[in-house]
Amino acid sequence: MAAATQGNTNKQPHPGIDRNNAVIALRGVRKAFGPMEVLKGVDLDVYKSENVVVLGRSGSGKSVLIKIIAGLLRPDEGTVKVLGSEIDSLGTRALQDLRSKIGFSFQNSALYDGMNIRANLEFPLVRNKRSLTRKEIDDAVAQVLDDVGLSQTINQMPSELSGGQKKRIGIARTLILHPEIMLYDEPTAGLDPVTSEEINDLINEVQESYKTSAVIITHDLTCAKSTGDRVIMLAEGNFIRQGSFEEVFDSDDPRVQHFYNYNFITKT
Amino acid sequence: MKAFFLLIYEIYQFMVRFFKEAFIPPYEYKEVLNQFFEVGIRSLAIISLTGFITGLVFTKQSRSSLAEFGATSWLPSLMAIAIVRALAPLVTALIIAGKVGSNIGAELGSMKVTEQIEAMEVSSTNPFKFLVVSRILATTCIVPVLATYMALIGMLGAFVNVYNNEQTSFTSFFQQAFVRITFVDIAVLIVKSAVYGFTIGFAGCFNGYNADHGTVGVGRAANKAVVVSMFLIFVEEMLIVTLVNNYLR
Ligand SMILES: Nc1ncnc2c1ncn2[C@@H]1O[C@H](COP(=O)(O)OP(=O)(O)OP(=O)(O)O)[C@@H](O)[C@H]1O
Ligand SMILES: [Mg+2]
Repeated sequence: MAAATQGNTNKQPHPGIDRNNAVIALRGVRKAFGPMEVLKGVDLDVYKSENVVVLGRSGSGKSVLIKIIAGLLRPDEGTVKVLGSEIDSLGTRALQDLRSKIGFSFQNSALYDGMNIRANLEFPLVRNKRSLTRKEIDDAVAQVLDDVGLSQTINQMPSELSGGQKKRIGIARTLILHPEIMLYDEPTAGLDPVTSEEINDLINEVQESYKTSAVIITHDLTCAKSTGDRVIMLAEGNFIRQGSFEEVFDSDDPRVQHFYNYNFITKT
Repeated sequence: MKAFFLLIYEIYQFMVRFFKEAFIPPYEYKEVLNQFFEVGIRSLAIISLTGFITGLVFTKQSRSSLAEFGATSWLPSLMAIAIVRALAPLVTALIIAGKVGSNIGAELGSMKVTEQIEAMEVSSTNPFKFLVVSRILATTCIVPVLATYMALIGMLGAFVNVYNNEQTSFTSFFQQAFVRITFVDIAVLIVKSAVYGFTIGFAGCFNGYNADHGTVGVGRAANKAVVVSMFLIFVEEMLIVTLVNNYLR
């Protein structure tokens, strides 16, 4: 039970947050697929060393938002600045350089299922830095595996891992490049509460030891509460509330209340 | 109808992108070689087996009709023509469509729906080059090699049957067999198998890379890859045969 209570304590905003330094800045971002408007003009600043949680229901456009930040999707309107560069204006080379500073943990972990864990972890490293020696690569792999506590899985295939282990390896694969920004798409989706708790702790450890800023997309309130320095609620294509966890849920807005109650009921 | 033209346009775009990315560096040498190996070595056993059986059975079945005219001595050259001109490229292409085409469709389809393709993209890798170009190049180059190989194995099958019946020696069998085979036959064999190979790789990659979300999409991509490429292979066979017979023979 200790883990659960720990998870329900609020995270204190990280002391290192630098409010003068926005590593991610979105202005008036709109995105539609055909007639369906997913994002209707969102503004977002993520500051250095800050973990921002974006909460929203399934289908509210959370993944779309995070993919726009990584440059995987282009917004129809608005600007996206990451680490000072406007994504849209970058050429292939510059975009690659920028992406090597962004770690993307995918909703489905997205491990390459044709490769074993070692090859999965090496992939971003050898693709980005072609001049590394075998030893440097091996050391980097061992280091990130140790950081996520899964050293023993190095020669296994992704299909042999549990959902929680896959999530960790997915995170390790992004850590290997020492990113400045982490983007987590539903890090705890589909995991049991105890495993979720471990992932939440890992997210905070990463923030601490890798000095990352992060956007954490989730619909899991425990995750929001324990990893977010700031929480934002996304609904109907707009950010309807933001602030600390308490501030966000101290609201009579039925959309917020419904979300809270729903989560609460499914949790007990 | 609108959907049909949209599809044609998407195929056109995919094709243009393929040629662009295939010729513009950087090249993914390692992955291309890897795919050569995947397509080639892994198909060797089944190509050997079917090639041998095709040659053997076809000879066996043709023997009785030729025997009516007392013309069994034509068997070697007749079989060579049948195998080199029609059977080897067609049978190879159909087998590779079933084995490799479906595999490509399923593999890329599942990579697509589980976001592995996007994961590559954020890892400084052009997934189109890495996955699509390498696979299409591999099928385009390897199917001609496999078809040529199957032609030889098929002839071996034919020889075994002829030897068992007429005791023709190995050298005289192959001398008779290749009398009727011209340079044009060999060239056409290579070119048309390359066309089939391209078709298989392209259909597999197009369907896999564009798989819709969800696991159903993966199965559908694999299935479409096979059905579409087999259909196209027959259409191409007909066109090529018509062209060759009108202009080259
Ligand atoms: N590439 C795309 N093409 C068309 N529609 C898309 C695309 N990507 C997302 N959508 C649509 O945009 C909407 C928002 O999708 P998104 O994946 O961002 O939801 P989400 O908030 O991440 O939900 P979940 O919690 O289920 O992951 C959905 O209705 C989805 O169908
Ligand atoms: Mg999502």
